[in-house]
Amino acid sequence: MKKIYNKILSIVGNVITVKASGVSYEELAEITTARGKSLAQVIKLEGDIVSLQVFAGSRGISTDDEVRFLGHPMRVAFSDKMLGRIFDGSGAPRDKGPAITDNLVTIGGSAVNPVKRIIPERMIRTNIPMIDLFNSLVVSQKLPIFSVSGEPYNELLARIALQAEVDMIILGGIGLKYDEYLYFKEELERGGALSRSIFFMHTASDPVVEGLMVPDLSLAVAEQFALQGKDVLVLLTDMTNFAYAMKEIAITMEQVPSNRGYPGDLYSQLAARYEKAVDFDSAGSITILAVTNMPGDDVTHPVPDNTGYITEGQFYLRNGRIEPFGSLSRLKQQVNDKTRKDHRAIMDGLIQLYSQYRETEEKRAMGFRMSPWDDKLLKFGGLFESTMMDLSVNIALEEALDRGWQILADCFSPEETSFRSDLVKEFWPKTKTADISGKDDSPTKENNLKKDKITDKKKSN
Amino acid sequence: MTDRIGKIKAISGNLIDVEFQGSIRQNEVGHVVVGKERFKAEVIRIRGRNASMQVFESTKGLKIDDLIEFSNELLSVNLGPGLLSKIYDGLQNPLPDLAEQCGFFLPRGVSLNALDAEAEWNFTATVSPGDIVSAGFYLGFVPEGIFKHQIMVPFNFTDSYTVESVAANGNYKINDTIATIKDSQGQILKITMSFEWPVKLPINVYRQKLAPKETLVTKVRIIDTFYPIAKGGTYCIPGPFGAGKTVLQQITSKHAEVDIVIVAACGERAGEVVETLRTFPELTDPRTGKPLMERTIIICNTSSMPVAAREASVYTAATLGEYYRQMGLNVLLLADSTSRWAQAMREVSGRLEEIPGEEAFPAYLESRIAQFYERAGLIELPNGEKGSLTIGGTVSPAGGNFEEPVTQATLKVVGAFLGLSRERSNARKFPSIDPLESWSKYKSFIPDNKISRAREILFKSNEVDQMMKVVGQEGTSISDFIVYLKGEFLDSVYLQQNGFDEVDAVTLPQRQEYVFEQVFTVLTGEFSFTEKETARKYFYELRQLFIDWNYSKWESPEFKAQEDKIKAMLKEKIKQDN
Repeated sequence: MKKIYNKILSIVGNVITVKASGVSYEELAEITTARGKSLAQVIKLEGDIVSLQVFAGSRGISTDDEVRFLGHPMRVAFSDKMLGRIFDGSGAPRDKGPAITDNLVTIGGSAVNPVKRIIPERMIRTNIPMIDLFNSLVVSQKLPIFSVSGEPYNELLARIALQAEVDMIILGGIGLKYDEYLYFKEELERGGALSRSIFFMHTASDPVVEGLMVPDLSLAVAEQFALQGKDVLVLLTDMTNFAYAMKEIAITMEQVPSNRGYPGDLYSQLAARYEKAVDFDSAGSITILAVTNMPGDDVTHPVPDNTGYITEGQFYLRNGRIEPFGSLSRLKQQVNDKTRKDHRAIMDGLIQLYSQYRETEEKRAMGFRMSPWDDKLLKFGGLFESTMMDLSVNIALEEALDRGWQILADCFSPEETSFRSDLVKEFWPKTKTADISGKDDSPTKENNLKKDKITDKKKSN
Repeated sequence: MTDRIGKIKAISGNLIDVEFQGSIRQNEVGHVVVGKERFKAEVIRIRGRNASMQVFESTKGLKIDDLIEFSNELLSVNLGPGLLSKIYDGLQNPLPDLAEQCGFFLPRGVSLNALDAEAEWNFTATVSPGDIVSAGFYLGFVPEGIFKHQIMVPFNFTDSYTVESVAANGNYKINDTIATIKDSQGQILKITMSFEWPVKLPINVYRQKLAPKETLVTKVRIIDTFYPIAKGGTYCIPGPFGAGKTVLQQITSKHAEVDIVIVAACGERAGEVVETLRTFPELTDPRTGKPLMERTIIICNTSSMPVAAREASVYTAATLGEYYRQMGLNVLLLADSTSRWAQAMREVSGRLEEIPGEEAFPAYLESRIAQFYERAGLIELPNGEKGSLTIGGTVSPAGGNFEEPVTQATLKVVGAFLGLSRERSNARKFPSIDPLESWSKYKSFIPDNKISRAREILFKSNEVDQMMKVVGQEGTSISDFIVYLKGEFLDSVYLQQNGFDEVDAVTLPQRQEYVFEQVFTVLTGEFSFTEKETARKYFYELRQLFIDWNYSKWESPEFKAQEDKIKAMLKEKIKQDN
């Protein structure tokens, strides 16, 4: 039925052009080469010249290889049979299981009508105080974890995946190292979550273009499950690799770059993916957690910068801790008034004091004499870092709130903290913790804790 | 008619190249016809027989040689009663109606009537046959919510007309003829309650534009007292992500003292719009007791909706704002975010392969931004009354750096700059408007000399703070230290405001005047401290009293009681030398 073309006009980067007619925009084609078959997608039409991005890359493609147009855009199956399965960036099985072609849906579908969304108001508890207390995660939220290489972001992602109460997990890996892929698989298996997970895995050794499809595949499947009433958590790691792949194609296509070589539509492209996060009116939901690697720890780099404007907050993961400054959950206001009435006050109060502590710490490092107030702040900062910020702390929200008041009482008198008097009356602990050691040994204490982190984590599990 | 067609010759993203026959107009709307579906597109460049058009939908599935039908009309919106409380996309498609027809997702190629053609409105005529009228003159009115929605002579009627007949008072639909008028050539024209206006052309049927003078009260202390906005003025809120731009816009949309608020959610998160459109119907407008939604229009083109429609959305919003201004109302347009709009321009410009300007923004970026903000203004209507359109736009500078082109182009044309700072939001100081960097050309209701005195102290306090970081607290004199404490005090009890507390979020102008007077006493008072620690303790206690004061209801017994405590505490320490 469909014509086959076997004259490839040009091969530049991973983009090939052929002369063909009757082709539609974003249609799929299959290219048969000596190495096997690969899918390709139409990315530009100009008269009868068709440009295609080749998923498996252009390496080894011959000018007389066969190009067959399939008459439909990229699609993905959707069925319960996919649970527990692992697919690659073109939707083909990566494990040894059979291919699934039930209920094919087109990926990258239309946007959700805003009036069919509801205000998110269900908190997802993670038992990490830096999230639950300070930046609560909410159903349907889209949140990136801004981090740099070497930080335990995939560990954090896996821990949230296992502890969060959701119906299913879809993990999209883009340019993952092979051992990271194995780590996720093992971790989810160990936590007993594999049977409610679907993997779309693109590793660093796979062709770059395939990685471009991973977010769309993951989200298209998630969307179908959400429409059936499921609460789906989508984990994407790492979205910076996705942006790299997009940049590569844009430059090959000779598009005018806007900032550091990235295409002008980077924002729209990222938004089209992240905005799939949704809480449907009378159906399920999609929550997205995505790792964004900040090249050179630079938040103003186009990828984290554009991401930050799209997502509903961000977690900064630095030195193995979720940073209180800069980390933000924009949706926390929807849920943190329904937890306990001191939640917001403790959240703001502790951070304001911690910010003063940081300034004092700077002064101390420069060798200034510390005033009595400074000493109090130093004591506070040390306690806060070791008993709240450390990632190994695994306690429920209520316990974290109580702990917050205790830290305050150990370091300050009520009027030094600018809390509302009615809250102070109700929550201010009557007794101080007896055996809190002074400010002098807090830095060493912190170091010890860091060393102990791994053992601690095991204990808490 | 048949010659106004064309065929697609190239497709790249949302841009198509079309070979056309006959003649077409720049910025004309055309439709790509695929079977029964019709995709809206706008001509943005013409070269010979080729036109470049931006498609307002996804171009997925379009083919070479697909048919285009041109409409001979510019991109327009429908004006008439029934706009208030509506939720539109950037092209004025009503989103709730779309949801009813098409379910969860936004379909392609579906466009619905912006105004309900079946709704009946109770018309009362205010002219009689023989009256002379021209564009923008009132012919009668219908009640719309709490407002008199004036039925006007359409703005594109350029002649002077004689009223021939007017419909009797009673119920009419928007497309019923409510008057006939005769132009100078003797031709009779029918007038209905609705008409179209091209979004990219400002409505200009007014006698003159006036300088904005009256303060637009937002009930946010730092804005109203220090960096006020004027009715008919313009302002911008640049800030890095997470600094609280959208929260500030939401607070303003709820509490600002204006008649109508138009929220243009342009290329931002859908979740934020959902919050507005789900909560507004339940919130009551304190001034009227009616739901807030009845004075609100939402134009919603979120980041995942087609980018060309995003570009159109701010113009749609401005046109609706100008329309209600013609009725003598005060309209506030909140555009969030103008950077997304600028980026939409950049995307199109890139696809057109235009020579890029700074950061690849097109060379016409500045003039487009200026033209947009110039649509704001206080005007004298044809009947001598006044109406205003105030425009407040957020800017999302890349990397939080205000040196980038969109922020710079915006700063040149606005009357007030409310810069948000990441340091303040990191330290949870909200609203995170930077009190040192921001400025306003408009006047507050609090006397200038007091404001500048307070700002002086703020600057001085900041200097002392910077100095203390170098020389330490012990190297600072007690008088400098007190100035520092005063600045901190002003910041925490007056500049910061809890937007989530019912009482503190809404500070009426009279309360601002009253409280500022007390704050001012502290700022200018001479304190007799010898020890820094006692000074700090005193100021912290004072701060606590003021914060609790802010949380107590205006003119309630607690308010009075708290005030007495404060006065007692001040008496203790302030030297009474005059």
